[in-house]
Amino acid sequence: MGMGVDIRNKLAKRAAEEIQNGMVVNLGIGIPSLVPNHLKKGVNVIFHAENGITGMGQSPIKGEEDENLCNAGGFPVTLNIGGSYCDSTVSFGMIRSGKIDITILGSLQVSQKGDLANWIVPGKKVPGMGGAMELAQKAKKVIVLMNHCDKQGRSKIVKECTMPLTSRECVDLIITELAVFQVTDEGLLLTEIFAQGNLEDVVNKTQCEFAISENLKEIPY
Amino acid sequence: MENPFRKITTLEKVMEFFHDGMTLMFGGFGGVGTPPGLIDGILEKGIRNLTLIGNDTGFPHIGIGKLVSQERAKKVIASHIGSNPFAGQFMHEGKLEVEFSPQGILAERIRAGGVGLPGILSDIGKDIELVAGNKQRVLLNGEEYLVEEALTAEVSIVFAKKADEYGNLIYDKSARNTNPLVAMAGAITIAEVEEIVPLGALNAEEIITPGVFVDYIIPTKGVNWKWAWE
Repeated sequence: MGMGVDIRNKLAKRAAEEIQNGMVVNLGIGIPSLVPNHLKKGVNVIFHAENGITGMGQSPIKGEEDENLCNAGGFPVTLNIGGSYCDSTVSFGMIRSGKIDITILGSLQVSQKGDLANWIVPGKKVPGMGGAMELAQKAKKVIVLMNHCDKQGRSKIVKECTMPLTSRECVDLIITELAVFQVTDEGLLLTEIFAQGNLEDVVNKTQCEFAISENLKEIPY
Repeated sequence: MENPFRKITTLEKVMEFFHDGMTLMFGGFGGVGTPPGLIDGILEKGIRNLTLIGNDTGFPHIGIGKLVSQERAKKVIASHIGSNPFAGQFMHEGKLEVEFSPQGILAERIRAGGVGLPGILSDIGKDIELVAGNKQRVLLNGEEYLVEEALTAEVSIVFAKKADEYGNLIYDKSARNTNPLVAMAGAITIAEVEEIVPLGALNAEEIITPGVFVDYIIPTKGVNWKWAWE
C-alpha cells in the first residue's frame, strides 16, 4: 500500500478500538492483519479465517511454522486454545448467516453511500473477489482501512465508485491516515481526525461532501 | 498393508484417469492442501487443455499454480487468481478463460455437485453485474435469488493426512479447506495421503470424509514446494 509502518500501525490501532470482548472478527490481508497487535488487554476475540480456522492465533515463532496451518493470505498462523478447523462451506456458512461481528478490509475506493470497490484494478489486474463479496455483504460491521488518496493523489473516498463494485452500501466505517468517517443513511460523517492533521486537508483530499460531527475528536496518536 | 477394497494404488496406476481436455477439480487454498504428487504426475504426463475447478490458482510454483503457469489449463473456475501472475497474464492474452465465483458460493457449488443437487440459491453479488450476469433468478418468499449451478468433475484430487484402507479420510489443520467438498464432487476421486492406516485405526467419530466418496488412495512423498512465506 506504500504506507509507512507507523501509519499502518496507526490505522490498525484505531480499528482495534472497534473490537469488543467476545466478538468474531475476520481480517483481510495487509494492514488489517496488524490489528491483533493493538487489542487492549483482557479483550478476547475469536479471529475467523475463511480458509477454515475459527480461533486463529498469532504468527508462530520463526522456525516453528506449520505448513498446513496458514491464514487466508497463505501466511503461517497458530490456533488458540478452543479453536477449531472446518471446511470452506462451514467457514462461509458462518459469514453468510451473520456470525461475523466485524470484517476489516482494504479497498481501492469507497463511495459516500458505502459502496466498496476492492477486487479489480481496471486495466491492470483482476485478482478475483475471493471471499470479499460475502464478507462485505454479510458481516455485521464492515470497516475499511486504506490510504486517503491513491498514488496519483486522487481521493479514494468518492461520490460514486468508478471501479467495479465488490458490494453495494456495505461499509460502516472508513479509517484513513487522515481521518475516520462513519457511513450513515445521510452520507458520510467525519467523526475523528488524526493528530497533526487538519480539517482543511481532509476537505481538500475528499472527493465527496461529508457532514462533520458535533463531537469531532482528535485521535492523539 | 491389506488392500481389501483395492483402493490403495500408485501414482503410475492412477495416471491413466488423466487425459487432455478433461475437467479436473482440486482441493487446496493457496496451495495448502493441494496434492503435490498428483500435480507433478499430471505435469510429467504432459496433460493439456484442462478445465480446472478449485478455490484459487495457487502461486506459480505452488499447488495447482504449477499447471497454470506451465499453460496446461484452458479454463479455470475459481474465486481468486491474484497470487499467480501467470493466470492474470494468460487471461489478458486470451489463452485462459477464467470464471470467477465468490469463494463461499464456489465451495457450495462444489458441495452441491458432490451431494447430488443441481444448484443452490444465493443472494451474494445479485446486484453486482460481474457475478449476476445472465444467471437465472428465482423468487422465493418474496426475495430474489441467483441460481448458482452445481459443479462436478471427471476427476477430483485431494490431499489428506490419513486414509484407512477404505478411504476414510482425515485432514491436517487448515489444509482441510476445500478438500472434503472436492472429494465428493468427482466422478473419480483420488486421495493423496501422508499416511495409510489399517481399518479401525481412525476414530469413527473423527472421520471427515467417508470412504464412500474416495475411489483411489495413493501415498504422498510430501509437499515438494517451498511455501510463499519461506
